[in-house]
Amino acid sequence: MSFYIASSPHHHQRRTTAKLMQLVLFAMLPGFLAQLYFFGWGVVFQLSLAITVALAAESLCLIARDRAPSSGLQDNTAIVTAALLAVSIPPLAPWWVIVIGTLFSIVVVKHLFGGVGHNIFNPAMAGYVLLLISFPVQMTAWMPPTGFATNAPSFIDSLYLFLFQFTSEGFSLEQMRRIDTGSMLDAVVMATPLDHLKTQLGQGATLSEALQHPQFIGFAGAGWQWVNLGYLLGGLLLLQQRVIQWHIPVAMLGALSVCAILGSIFAPDYLPGLNIHLFSGATMFAAFFIATDPVSAATSSKGKLIYAALIGVLIYVIRSYGGYPDAVAFAVLLANLCVPVIDQYTRPVTYGHNKEAG
Amino acid sequence: MAINISANSKLWSFPGGIHPPERKAPANLKNIQRFPLPPAVFIPLRQHVGEPGELCVAQGDYVQKGQPLTIPGVDNGLPIHASTSGTITGILEHPLNHPSGLTGPTICIQPDGKDAWYPRQPIADIDTISQREVLQHLQAMGIAGLGGAGFPTARKVAGARNIDMLIINGVECEPYIVSDDRLMREHADEILAGSLLLQKLTSAKQLVIAIEDNKPEAAAAFMQAISDLQTDTNSANPVVKVVPTRYPSGGEKQLIQVLTGKQVPVRGLPADIGILMQNVATAFAVSRAINHGEPLLERVVTITGEALQQPGTAWALLGTPIEYLLQQSGFKAEEIKAENKQRVIMGGPMMGFTVTNLQIPVIKTTNCILAPSQQELAPAQAEMACIRCGACEIACPASLLPQQLQWLAKAKDYDGLKQHHLGDCIECGICAYVCPSQIPLVQYYRQAKAEIREQAIEHQKSEIARQRFEARQARLEREKEERLAKHEKAAEARKAAQEARKNAAAAGDEQDPVKAALARVKAKKALQESEGGTAKTEQKDAVAAAVARAKAKKAEREASEAPANDKKDAVAAAVARAKAKKAEREASEAPANDKKDAVAAAVARAKAKKAEREQLAKLEAEHKNDIENTQDATNHKGDDNS
Repeated sequence: MSFYIASSPHHHQRRTTAKLMQLVLFAMLPGFLAQLYFFGWGVVFQLSLAITVALAAESLCLIARDRAPSSGLQDNTAIVTAALLAVSIPPLAPWWVIVIGTLFSIVVVKHLFGGVGHNIFNPAMAGYVLLLISFPVQMTAWMPPTGFATNAPSFIDSLYLFLFQFTSEGFSLEQMRRIDTGSMLDAVVMATPLDHLKTQLGQGATLSEALQHPQFIGFAGAGWQWVNLGYLLGGLLLLQQRVIQWHIPVAMLGALSVCAILGSIFAPDYLPGLNIHLFSGATMFAAFFIATDPVSAATSSKGKLIYAALIGVLIYVIRSYGGYPDAVAFAVLLANLCVPVIDQYTRPVTYGHNKEAG
Repeated sequence: MAINISANSKLWSFPGGIHPPERKAPANLKNIQRFPLPPAVFIPLRQHVGEPGELCVAQGDYVQKGQPLTIPGVDNGLPIHASTSGTITGILEHPLNHPSGLTGPTICIQPDGKDAWYPRQPIADIDTISQREVLQHLQAMGIAGLGGAGFPTARKVAGARNIDMLIINGVECEPYIVSDDRLMREHADEILAGSLLLQKLTSAKQLVIAIEDNKPEAAAAFMQAISDLQTDTNSANPVVKVVPTRYPSGGEKQLIQVLTGKQVPVRGLPADIGILMQNVATAFAVSRAINHGEPLLERVVTITGEALQQPGTAWALLGTPIEYLLQQSGFKAEEIKAENKQRVIMGGPMMGFTVTNLQIPVIKTTNCILAPSQQELAPAQAEMACIRCGACEIACPASLLPQQLQWLAKAKDYDGLKQHHLGDCIECGICAYVCPSQIPLVQYYRQAKAEIREQAIEHQKSEIARQRFEARQARLEREKEERLAKHEKAAEARKAAQEARKNAAAAGDEQDPVKAALARVKAKKALQESEGGTAKTEQKDAVAAAVARAKAKKAEREASEAPANDKKDAVAAAVARAKAKKAEREASEAPANDKKDAVAAAVARAKAKKAEREQLAKLEAEHKNDIENTQDATNHKGDDNS
């Protein structure tokens, strides 16, 4: 008769990292479906290829680092990184874009820094920034949302564009993106809402003039508002399931809102309002899925508030005064850099160390 | 600010905490059972913190139930008692309640089945005797804290002054354990009586009984007991406070925070903020000891888990091997196979330890024996990488940063661990419970704590060795100098004599005889001086005395520097001092006899050296004890955490 020896506690909550990551993937579904509906099949191809590349890269890295590949693949973190990157880039960007981005995220940002739990930067966002500054044309070529696209590509054409950058009939993505405004001469490429506002405001138009564009139906621009609502819904699910804590989304959205309201008060003609900031671009996606990445975020509750508020402020500043229409990736990476300092100064007071409470 | 708690005053909260599955049923559904006497009881000489006492029985003796078996030593520990009548069949090495399966000296008694009592001496009225005498009685009855580390109750009470509030802890927050629950349901009146005795002993203004809200029957039993009491008391009534169920609200520090909103200051005691806490079972034992003169001989033990056919609670005699309790509860030890990973846990699922041997006895702090099936408490999975999710930090009731502590422990950064207050960890196990990466955080902390302790001891040892070495070097240096000085003087004297002789020879020829005579006298004197006379003897005596004095002083200094310096050390130092003084006196009194003086000095030196050596040995022994004590304390840490 021999007994099994173990160290206390002998009871564990059966919620593993792998399960948490599954929940994150599941919570991405509403936003993902909205993207699928408004921007076509491309996002499916991006996702499939990204996950394949990520798993392959993860395995190779683990083998190269002398670890059992199964140990790393079981935790699902590589799949989440791939998914986060895949939904961030234009759905019809060429296949090699997502391959390069995913490889960079997994190999350089994650494994060269020590693998899961050790990366300083959010892998998906670091990959995104690499792609954005390396391939600016491909990375800004978003299709007009459903309802606006004159030439919405079919499944087959989307696959052709994804693989060969031309449809089966030989049209390029640039041609497909044009929308018919009545006369052939007036055919233009349609930009994303944030991009459009940035360009128009940059050219001296007032906010109300810029908002005249037909895509500004609803409260934050066709398609994008629904994508944001989708990720908001998924985010609330994560909160409800306690996969994430409220601190980061609330602080980030709160800081962004405060900035947007102040901007609207002091420069209502030149700065987009609260609705645009909250429900356009990648705001909700960032608040619930990107900034909440535990590895690269601050750890204490107080630290998380500071970290996320910093992201909110940076998003606003870069969107309003920077060179890029959206700013989530830059803001997150900059905040990642501040995490060690934030952690250092936000340590909670240990029981009994508080003079007043004693 | 004085704290005042009434039945409906506000409750506070502590950070973190968890709600693990409670699984108090089915063990809490049945009355406390009483099994037949076990075939043998094994009573370890040392049951809890402190040194074991001195044996006052021998093999073959017949002892009665409640008869003391040891006399406490100098550190005023608790005596142990025979938990039933019978014959002492041996005093042997037996496995102890220790996760490592250590053995220790244990008295084995074979019960005669009569359960015949040793004469009992209850205290009729505690108002007629002094508090000190009552505490001495509690000490003699072996009463110790039954909720946590088994700290002697009398000492806890004696050490607490200016107590505003006495909290009787019936929270019992750890899953599975229902010993206190059953005791409260069945003996609330007796617990209340003990609590009131404790209140009287501590002069506490308020008496609060805290119970978790998952034990409504226990709370109701107390309410009833209090209302029965009301007829014959007019002082402030005891208050029953029902606190929300959340692990670890039964931890001493956490319960104080929940009830008062205050925190026990770091390195302090609850008494520092006017609070004293006792477990319900301790209050019960106090009542039995004072009102009935019964020593602490048995306690309620929860025997539960799906590997048992009849889980429940039982009155277990101290010393009952847990195997007997498990058998009585329907545990089939023969069916255990290694691949089942069957665990037998002493204590609860959060803080208990797995046992290696079923022969270990029930001791005063044994509140639960848990034999879970693999399904109900699955063994830990392989550790995965930390993803810095911070779940541990959110759940930590001590507001530590478990995750950072884990990194620091893995990096063996002991300074960093101290900076992050590793010492404030109560090892409640919550961080490891919530960790999605299945990291055994508490294990890392325990290891780090042990290593830090080890390091401190090593450091102290090397410090002593350094001092010893330096002292030796200094002595060798001094002796060498003395030798050189002696040689030089002798050489000078020889030279002077030679000169004188030469002069005399020369003078004999041509100079006047007076000068020659003077030179002769001078030479003679110099020679005398160099060869040693009274002056030299005196000098030597003085040196020997000084050496002895220095040695004695050093021994004394070391004694006072020792961390756990107690009376013994002081005595040792005094003895060394006296010896050295005697040697000195002898040296100075002795006639001017070279040989005798030298012998006396050598004897004094040897004695001082011996004293020093003894001092060192004692110090090391104490370190060893310290380690054992701290290990023990660690096992039962999280006072009253039942």
